[in-house]
Amino acid sequence: MNLDRNLIGLLKEEKQPFILSSLFGSIGTLLLICQAWVLGGIIEQVFKAPGGRSAILPLAGLFALFSILRMIMGWSANQTAKHGTLLIRKKLSRRLACAVGDLGPAFTRSEQSGRLVTTMLKGVESIDAYFSQFIPQLFLALVTPLMILAAVFPSDWIAGTIMVLTAPLIPFFMIVIGKSASAATEKQWTTMSRMSGYFLDMLEGLTTLKLFAQAKARRDGIEEASEKFRLSTMKVLKIAFLSSLTLELVGTIGIAVTAVSIGVRLTSGAMPFRPAVFILLLIPDFYLTLRQLGTKFHAGMEGGTASKEIHEILDKASAQPEVTGKLELPSETASLLPIVIDNLSYTFPDSPKPALDSVSCTLRPGTVTALTGPSGAGKSTFMNLLLRFIEPDSGALSLGTVPIVNYTQEAWYRNIAWVPQHPFLFNASIKDNLLMAKPGATQQQIETALLQAGLIEMVKSLPEGLDTMIGEQGARLSGGEAQRLSLARAFLKDSPILLLDEPTSHTDPILEARLRIAMAELMHGRTVVMIAHRLESIRNADRILVLDGGRLVQSGTHEELSAIDGFYRHAVLSSMEAA
Amino acid sequence: MKTFLRLVGLTRPFAWWMLLAALIGFATIGSGIGLLMTSAWLITRAALLPPVSALQFGIVGVRVFGASRGVLRYVERLISHDTTFKILTRLRLWFYDAVEPLAPARLAAFRSADLLKRITDDIQSLENIYSRVLAPPLTAILVTALMGVLVGVWSPVAAFGVLAFQLMAGIVVPLITVRAAKGTAKGIMKLQAEQQILAVDMVQGLGELHVFGMLGSYLERMHDAEKNKLDLQKRTAFFEGMHESLSGLAMNAAVIWILWSMLPLVKVGTVSGITLTAVIFGVIASFEAFIPLTGSMQHLEADIRAGDRLFEIIDTTPEVKIPEHPEPLPAQYDIEVNNLSFKYPGSIRAAIENVSFTIPQGGRTAIVGPSGAGKSTLTSLLVRFWNPSAGSISVGGKNITSLDPEGLRRRIAVVSQRTYLFGQSIRENLLLASPGADDGTLKAALSAAGLESLYERLDDWAGQHGMNLSGGERQRLAIARMILQDAPVIVLDEATANLDAVTEQAILDTIDRVSNGKTVLAITHRLQRMERFDRIVVMNEGKTVEEGHHDELLRLNGFYAGMWRLQHETML
Repeated sequence: MNLDRNLIGLLKEEKQPFILSSLFGSIGTLLLICQAWVLGGIIEQVFKAPGGRSAILPLAGLFALFSILRMIMGWSANQTAKHGTLLIRKKLSRRLACAVGDLGPAFTRSEQSGRLVTTMLKGVESIDAYFSQFIPQLFLALVTPLMILAAVFPSDWIAGTIMVLTAPLIPFFMIVIGKSASAATEKQWTTMSRMSGYFLDMLEGLTTLKLFAQAKARRDGIEEASEKFRLSTMKVLKIAFLSSLTLELVGTIGIAVTAVSIGVRLTSGAMPFRPAVFILLLIPDFYLTLRQLGTKFHAGMEGGTASKEIHEILDKASAQPEVTGKLELPSETASLLPIVIDNLSYTFPDSPKPALDSVSCTLRPGTVTALTGPSGAGKSTFMNLLLRFIEPDSGALSLGTVPIVNYTQEAWYRNIAWVPQHPFLFNASIKDNLLMAKPGATQQQIETALLQAGLIEMVKSLPEGLDTMIGEQGARLSGGEAQRLSLARAFLKDSPILLLDEPTSHTDPILEARLRIAMAELMHGRTVVMIAHRLESIRNADRILVLDGGRLVQSGTHEELSAIDGFYRHAVLSSMEAA
Repeated sequence: MKTFLRLVGLTRPFAWWMLLAALIGFATIGSGIGLLMTSAWLITRAALLPPVSALQFGIVGVRVFGASRGVLRYVERLISHDTTFKILTRLRLWFYDAVEPLAPARLAAFRSADLLKRITDDIQSLENIYSRVLAPPLTAILVTALMGVLVGVWSPVAAFGVLAFQLMAGIVVPLITVRAAKGTAKGIMKLQAEQQILAVDMVQGLGELHVFGMLGSYLERMHDAEKNKLDLQKRTAFFEGMHESLSGLAMNAAVIWILWSMLPLVKVGTVSGITLTAVIFGVIASFEAFIPLTGSMQHLEADIRAGDRLFEIIDTTPEVKIPEHPEPLPAQYDIEVNNLSFKYPGSIRAAIENVSFTIPQGGRTAIVGPSGAGKSTLTSLLVRFWNPSAGSISVGGKNITSLDPEGLRRRIAVVSQRTYLFGQSIRENLLLASPGADDGTLKAALSAAGLESLYERLDDWAGQHGMNLSGGERQRLAIARMILQDAPVIVLDEATANLDAVTEQAILDTIDRVSNGKTVLAITHRLQRMERFDRIVVMNEGKTVEEGHHDELLRLNGFYAGMWRLQHETML
């Protein structure tokens, strides 16, 4: 059966509600048995000596009472199981979000963001059925048949034996057929999803179809494909449904055989009447509980798949080394100390070659360092290490003499402003997007930052000004506007260290000139590390680090490096001039 | 209600199949009722100690019903699934027919693959409108009628009572549970949407959150949203969990009612004890039909929501109307753009403002400018995906609005930055441009586009979105399509923007070779080999800012010269 180890682990953390639910479920079964016994009594009385309504009143009252109690028990079992499920979901959802946060941007960028979000939300939601339906039903399937057998055996061991012999056939067939059926169902799912994929493909490519004036002609293609998929799927289903046929048959034949056997023994007077009715009332529930396990199993199956993806992330996060830094870092200190890089190396998991290989250098406070080199040279890795998005395999990154891992993450980040190549805009107003950099900034400070970033006119021209919603769901900003917003954030944050990935969008000369002025102002008086793409930025830097294949191949000023016959002159300058 | 009726209308062609499946579904539950009733008859009859032969009827009945139930269920499931798939096919074709005239203008808001995926999911979820929404109530009504007859022949009073409890289990209980959930459903959906935004922001903006020290407060916000959602779901579960128990209660109440109302009849002897017992067992078995009704109502609501979303898309009027009497296509293919303006709906700025230029037949013109300057909008207007807000485009002296859009598109070959390849064979992707072309023609086009390597792979799967091919191969395939289309006008819309420098040069060479003698319009922000164009139109912010030959524009030392310098001092 589908007993996912991770899910069972979660179950163990929140045992109590499920124990309670099982208890209510068992009492419900007990009441079911009592009900059947009482109803059997009523029928016997009516059958043997039909009297007035008053004659059956006590038993009918008892029957009604059991019915109401049973309803309450069923409902309570359902509620407690649901309660436990929600507790588990709450816990799991928090754990998962924290794990993603801990794994950091290096992880989220390596994953498809849509899939990750789906796992975080729908994934956690889809384990619901596993706990609220499958687990309680699993317990019932173990307990109810046993309780019914315990009630049936003393009354009639022959019927009991028939039930004992037929009952295991249900789980047996479920497993035997289940295996071949699940292969068949899987096949059905792939054909189904391939077909809906085909349709999606047509919708996505509709513009192309129209460009070639083929949109109408493709309609027949969709119909033909759809029909073909229907026929092949039906072929699979014809076999898959045999399983439910078998399970149904075991149940109904079990009822039929028991009824005939009881009937025959009644005619010979070998059996009293009341137990006969009693047993006939109980048999359907006996088989039903077993059969329902199959249905609920399917409902819970999705949870098993989701659990796998969720726990992959959780495991990855718990395998990460803990961050231990405790030191605070005042910004006066940060602005005066050099960044010392000593023998720094980093290799991506699953990569045979280091992305950064024994790099050493010292970045003086208040100077601008430009990183350059071909793509894949290790510039972004260098930046990610400074940002502590990844931890070095060996070597150290220090501020003065103190390794940066000794500072708390918060303290380090408080001293850093970061302007990425593609800044992210949150689904919030322009103002809130800016306030992230400095919660509590005044209107005046915000406007100054926008002015410095050359964005104030654009914002003022918007009907809602600073309160305009941006991000995926809001107004679309152009790439250049997003970059300048990111610069405004950096102005607001006003940190001693600035990490900057120079924009590469180089199509608009007017925009470019504006960005250039804003960046120059931002860099003034800070310790700057920038991934530089433009010759002018490289030329103006106090120091150029040339990376190639993860190694620091040259370093110096533009004048120094141009004078030497080396990688800088050959590869870097020539590639720019040829473009 | 209107949405529901429209949805049901779509399933009309399958009404007879659906009815058949519902009847067999009814017979399945009927077998269950028969099985328990004959069993009860068998036992009570046997209690009167007749010879075993007197039980023969019951023994046969029990066996027949026992076997038939499984078989009927099997047949019912086959028919209902088959019908479901047929409905799905029809839904897809219906949606495709409705959406085809709307593309791409009215679908602009659904460009992202995620949203399109949701549309296909909506259609997929509607497939259950028969099996989950229409069939269960139909079966339940038939079962109710059957029990009405079975109980009614003995005692109409008992039958009415049973009917009342069946209505309670079948209509009242589902209505209560669904109604109770309705208040919370909206709240849950709102919180889910909020969670979605928060999660996307967190995953994509995690770097920023770390650096700004905002991760903790973000996690708190996500946790709050989850907590509020779970609270609401708990409230929903409070009522949903009642449904099964309440149905059980209604069943037991029906049993008591039968005993109560029929007991006097047994006493006076109009009804035998055997009949009473059989009726009780029959009623118990009949409640099986009412269990799925709560699910039906929930599915109904989900289906209506999905239907509303689909209708919202397809109930819009197409941007482009096909003229009733289109003029014949022109013989000449010079293009004249006259005072053209265009603004996307909902946008603040005009994408194109008062642009005019002409391209002589066989001339080569480039339109350049930074991204967002309105260049690609020109293509959309030329192939009539949108209508201009003002001004006109004429081809061969005829305003393109007077021509048949499909005919026009056949005469304009467009190669764009992102070539869409279908998840089909390479051959099928090529045939799009020239249906019915033979292998020789296809191979000639491939070799002209520099794709001899694909000669033997014509029947290979191109992969989803053509991902089995490299970026260069995909772009070359687009050029092969352009060659196959053999149109008098060629539009190159950033055709080589996504390629590396070496491939770009090679593809530009190919394009130059095969476009000889045709009217060429090249749209680009990358200034590569600009001297090969007769004329360059420079656009910025929707307006033309400069016009002339490459050398003239450089000498002018304006916007174009600025772009040129910028690009030639930036490394890749």
